[in-house]
This record gives sequence, C-alpha cells and structure tokens, in this order.
Amino acid sequence: MEMINVKINESYTQVPEGTTILQAASKCGVHLPTLCHMDLKEFGITNNASSCRVCMVEVKGRPSLVASCSELVKDGMVVTTDSLRAIKARRMSVELLLSNHPKDCLICPKNLECDLQSLAQELGIREIKWEGAQMNHEKDQSSYSLVKDLNKCIMCRRCETMCNEVQTCGILSGVNRGFDAYVGPAFNLPMADTSCTFCGQCVAVCPTGALTEVNNTNLVWRALSNKKKHVIVQVAPAIRVAIGELFGMEPGEISTGKIASALRRMGFDAVFDTDFAADLTILEEASELVHRITHQGKLPILTSCCPAWVKFFEHQFPDMLDIPSTCKSPQIMFGAIAKSYYAEKNNLDPQDITVVSIMPCLAKKAEAKRQELTKDENSNVDIVITTRGFAEMMKEAGIDFANLEDQPFDSLMGESTGASVIFGTTGGVIEAAVRTAYEWITGETLEDVEFKNLRGLEGIREATVTIGDMDLKIGIAHELGNARKMLEDIRDGKSHYHAIEIMACPGGCIGGGGQPYHHGDMNIIKKRQAALYLEDQGKKKRKSHENQEVNRLYQEFLGKPYGEKAHDLLHTHYVPRERI
Amino acid sequence: MSQPELQLEDSIPATTDLPMEHYKTLASYIGGLEDKKGSLINVLHKAQELFGYLPKEVQLFIARKLDMPAAKVFGVVSFYSYFTTEPVGKYTISICMGTACFVRGAEKVLEEFKKELDIENGETTKDGLFTMKDVRCIGACGLAPVVFLDDQVFGHVTVDGVREILKKYRKEHEHAD
Repeated sequence: MEMINVKINESYTQVPEGTTILQAASKCGVHLPTLCHMDLKEFGITNNASSCRVCMVEVKGRPSLVASCSELVKDGMVVTTDSLRAIKARRMSVELLLSNHPKDCLICPKNLECDLQSLAQELGIREIKWEGAQMNHEKDQSSYSLVKDLNKCIMCRRCETMCNEVQTCGILSGVNRGFDAYVGPAFNLPMADTSCTFCGQCVAVCPTGALTEVNNTNLVWRALSNKKKHVIVQVAPAIRVAIGELFGMEPGEISTGKIASALRRMGFDAVFDTDFAADLTILEEASELVHRITHQGKLPILTSCCPAWVKFFEHQFPDMLDIPSTCKSPQIMFGAIAKSYYAEKNNLDPQDITVVSIMPCLAKKAEAKRQELTKDENSNVDIVITTRGFAEMMKEAGIDFANLEDQPFDSLMGESTGASVIFGTTGGVIEAAVRTAYEWITGETLEDVEFKNLRGLEGIREATVTIGDMDLKIGIAHELGNARKMLEDIRDGKSHYHAIEIMACPGGCIGGGGQPYHHGDMNIIKKRQAALYLEDQGKKKRKSHENQEVNRLYQEFLGKPYGEKAHDLLHTHYVPRERI
Repeated sequence: MSQPELQLEDSIPATTDLPMEHYKTLASYIGGLEDKKGSLINVLHKAQELFGYLPKEVQLFIARKLDMPAAKVFGVVSFYSYFTTEPVGKYTISICMGTACFVRGAEKVLEEFKKELDIENGETTKDGLFTMKDVRCIGACGLAPVVFLDDQVFGHVTVDGVREILKKYRKEHEHAD
C-alpha cells in the first residue's frame, strides 16, 4: 500500500493512502472531538455522515475548514488542528447544536451517558450565544421498547446506519429538509406500527437522549412494595459479564454471585436465573432438531431465542415461518414455568406472582407483551427491565455492587450449566444445542465440550460438527443483515445447513440494546464474550441435560421433552406481518 | 434480490379509490427499468404525472415494486418540494414572496387569493380547480409583484387583478368542458 506524507500541527508522519485526517491525527497523538462519526471497527460498522462538523480542522491551501472524520489525507498535506480558527469553528458547531437542544440534562435519561453533553464539557462551553427556534416534535412512546424524542436528535444518522445498513430493517430515514428535517419511519408512523424489530441498536449508538428505552424500573419498585404480590426475578446470562461496568468494574468481570446478592437485598421473594430456562430451551430445541432430522422434517432449523430476530423474519420473510424452531425464548419459558410449576410447588395463585426479567435487550420488553405468549390475561413475564435499568435501581437503593459478597441463586429454577451461560454470545446457543444433541444421538459421553469452530465474532460463520456417522452443518449469523443473507440463501435453495443460530445484535446478547453503553469501544463486547466462555469453563456441569432442576421439572411436571405438556407451555407459533 | 416477484395485486391496497390503470402503467414503467433501485426519483416523477400526487398507498406500491424500505421512499418524497402527497388542483397559483414582490404588496395579493378562493396557503379549492402556494424569488423582480399560474406569468398584479386572473381561468375551464 502506498504511504503518503502528512504534517499534523508540528508532527510529520506517514500513513497509508485512504487514511482520514482524523486517523492520521490520532496516530500523532492529537485528539479531535467527534460526534456523528462512528467506527465500530471489529464489526465493520461505520457511520460517515459528516453532519455534525465538530471535528473541523484547517488544511493549508484550502479556504474553508474541513471535516477531519471524512477528509482523506493527501500527500504533502499540512493540517492544523489547534489554531484559534479551528478551535472556534469546532466550538461553534457544538454551540449551534446546543442552540436548539432541550437543555434538561439533569433529568434526561441519558444524563452522564450523553456524547453531546461530554463534548460540551470537553470544549469548555459555558454559554449558548444563539437563541433560535426550537424543534417541537411529539415524543413517540407508542412501543413497549423504545422512546423517540426527536427534539434531542442532532441528525448524526447513526441510528439510520444501524437500522438500514447493519440490520437492514429500513425503518428509519431522513425526512423533510432544512430545519424541519428529522429521522423517522415512513409516513411518520408511530414506531409500534412499523416493522421495527425493537433490537435497540439505534438506542445503543444514539449519542444523545433522542432514542432511549421504555423504563420500567418504577413498576418493579411498585411490585416489590406490594405485600399481596409474590415477586420473583430472572437474570439473563449476558448481564453478569456487563453490569459491573456501571459500578467501576472492568468490562468482562464476572459478577453472577453479586447479582444474586443484590436482588435478594432489593427484596425479591425468589432470585432465579434465566440460564435455568436456557437449559430447558436446549432440551426442547435439541429434541426438535433430532425430531426434524429423524422424521424428514423441514431443515435447516433456526433458533428462536432472540425476539428481534423473530419479529424480523415475521415482517421480512413471512413466507418462511415454518423453518424457525417453535421453542419460546428462555425468558418466556421461564415465565410459563413460573406461573405453572413454581406456583403449584409453592401453593401460590399464578395471579399473585409477578415475574420480573432483567434482560440485555429492548426487544424482550415487546416480546413479553406479545399476545400469543400471555395466558389468561396474565403475562407470563410481567415486567422487563434492562441491564441499565437494574443498575439504576441498585444505585437508587444504595447498593455498593462492586463490594457485594457472592451468593447463589435460589433453587428450583436457579441451577444452570455452562451450556446456558454461553447463550449470551453469538455461537453460544448452537454450541449448547450441539453438546446435548451429540450425547442424545450417539449415546456416548462428549468429553471435549468446547466447539471452538462455532466461536468468534465474524458476522457469518459456518462449521461442520461430526456426530456419530452424521456431519451436522451449522450456520451462525449475528446482526440482522447477516441473517437476511442466510435467509435468502435458504429461499433460493442454496443453503446446505442443518441448523442455524441467529442473534440480532452485534456479538449477540452481550452487545444488546439494553446493555451498558459501549460508546464505540467494541473491545468491551469482546471482553464480555471472553468472560462468558470463562464462566462456562468454571462450571462443573456444562451440558444442558445435566441440569438437575430441569430434569426434575420434566419428571415432576412436564413429562417428556417435546411432549404434549411441553408443547402447550414451551412452544409457540409465528404470524406473517406487513413490511413497512 | 431474491425477494419473490410481487404480483401487481400484492402491492395495491385491497381497497383503493385510485385508478387501476395508473397502477398498471406505473408497474410496466418500473418493469422496464434496468436499474430499479437507482431510479426512485424517476419513478416518483412518473407516479406523480399519472396520479397527480403521491399518497401513502402509491408510495408503498413503489417501495414494494422497487424492493426498498417505505421510509426511504417517504424520505425522498418529503425532501423535494416538487413532490406532493396531497391532490393538487387543475391550476397551481404560485405567488412570489421574494423581497421585491413582498415590498410591492405580494402579501396583499396573497390575502386576496385566500379570500377569493376560500382556502389557506398551500391548500386546494373544494372544486379541485386551484391550488395556491407561496414561492421564493423567481427572478422576475422587474414585474413585481409576480404571480405564476402554471407556466403563465402575471406581472404587476394588484388586488383587483386577482379577480380578473381567476375569472379568466374559470372561463377557460368551462370551455374545456
């Protein structure tokens, strides 16, 4: 690759052709502020809108300033980033953004997590010189997952990049022009009426409070203080390797035991693990896979744990609803068992039980409200909060999370195996299924449970696993754009897989829309993934069918995996939906 | 790419008041395009030429036919002021509100049109004959205040002149029938 010379302030450096001024400056140790720019390198996701103008620099010989995030370095270029003119221009860009921004930072859901707020601090802005017209959009609170407050939108277009290019959902687009321009769905429909999957990746990258989540933490406090309610809680696997970040712990520090302690302190009547339901899911899903293989059923089978993915195929591939597994997701299976088996065991009226879920996900909030997943007007899962919401509640309650002692989950629905822990990462669900399917099909003990060829962070991966005399061909995709490619291959008859795992978010649930904000640092996602595999490694039991509490559930209540009662409680169906 | 080929009926709403032959013409126009995704603006022009405006159902039809998100179609329609999502009248009256026209009384002219037609700026008369809108400077400042009626220019328009202009076009319309 051709190297070119550039001078940034007082430093001379050589960079490969195609390097932006921003990258070259970073190489010289010069930090430039950015806002709309987003480069999630490891995932190949970039947003190059160049719309915010907060990274402007001077280039010798050019009459006007240039946006360093998108301007490529040319040979012999002389760049000045610290002249008064450049500094003033960058500051003015932020002042202009702030001039029609609601300045309610103290009570904004993004307070202290907002990139615009940090930038105003970084650039030392202490007054807004311009007072102009204010935007006056109505807040969209139509869905169970997202809140869209366009008055806080700075038109960085990051959400559009995630929605259109990465997830290929195409819900969000720039609408109108000039001051009236905004980002929104077709015909300015409420988000609930679009084919939005509620994956929440727009929320994960929004630099301001324009896109946030529906916050249900108050409902949890209210349930906990209601003496008539028996309130139980489940925690998804991806939480335990991420929540520490919000309490000053290192990304990827495992805090499973601290989570159990904290929930008990908050007053939940029973503290359970979604991992238990993940093991249960594997028993059902592996049974379904074996059933489809031995009965010449439809292949490939697609996982159905991810509610954003489920909604995606209902809207985008309504002609292919017979391929995904009929298994409910672990969150919903947990709710169904809590309101039946758990209620029976504890002599409780299901109506008096409130099931709270802590999920790394915004789509889980909408999933819990799906009509076919609720029974007798009682949702199987009543309230869903995110990793962020859980941290908020602990802070309100004055819980010093980082220094909590480790405690176990309660028994009956609290046991988990290593297989269920890795549900939180791309590749994990299918690896867990393979561990069980292997032993069921061959009747032999699987000695080495780690299927390294199923792991990684590439968007689309494939591997062949030999089980007895059968070569099981497996496909894995995360991010919905990659899922789309897999689905199109199936539709075109080009797919040769037996089983495919799909997760909507980058990296799987570890990169979910409800997780602590990564602020563009994808190393955090890698560390969360490594931590899940580490937790799996430390488990004595690493195969779902070794989970004693799950086995007891079948013996005492459900009967056989994939049997009649299991079908009634743990399986679901899908509905074709319009694409808009 | 591998989206199953949509039938004409798949993309038309179950009930529609719009003429079916326009949908058919538009579908065959789209069918003849080499680069479908790159032709959105051409398709929108064609559709507006056929239907007279671009209501939601026509935008959705185009989105499905081009295998493109409806949000993107809507984004482009909303960006260009040429495209309209409301039906427009047989004649479009454009009143210049540029600086020169403004100081020479364009606002009074606009008010007179509003009064005579009994509509607000940007609206269409109930009989579907006139749509009225204000425009920025059209570069005919020497004739200020200027009014355009489709491509016909009227200069030095006075409040009394407004009635004359409307009379002329109402007459033309009657004769056309």
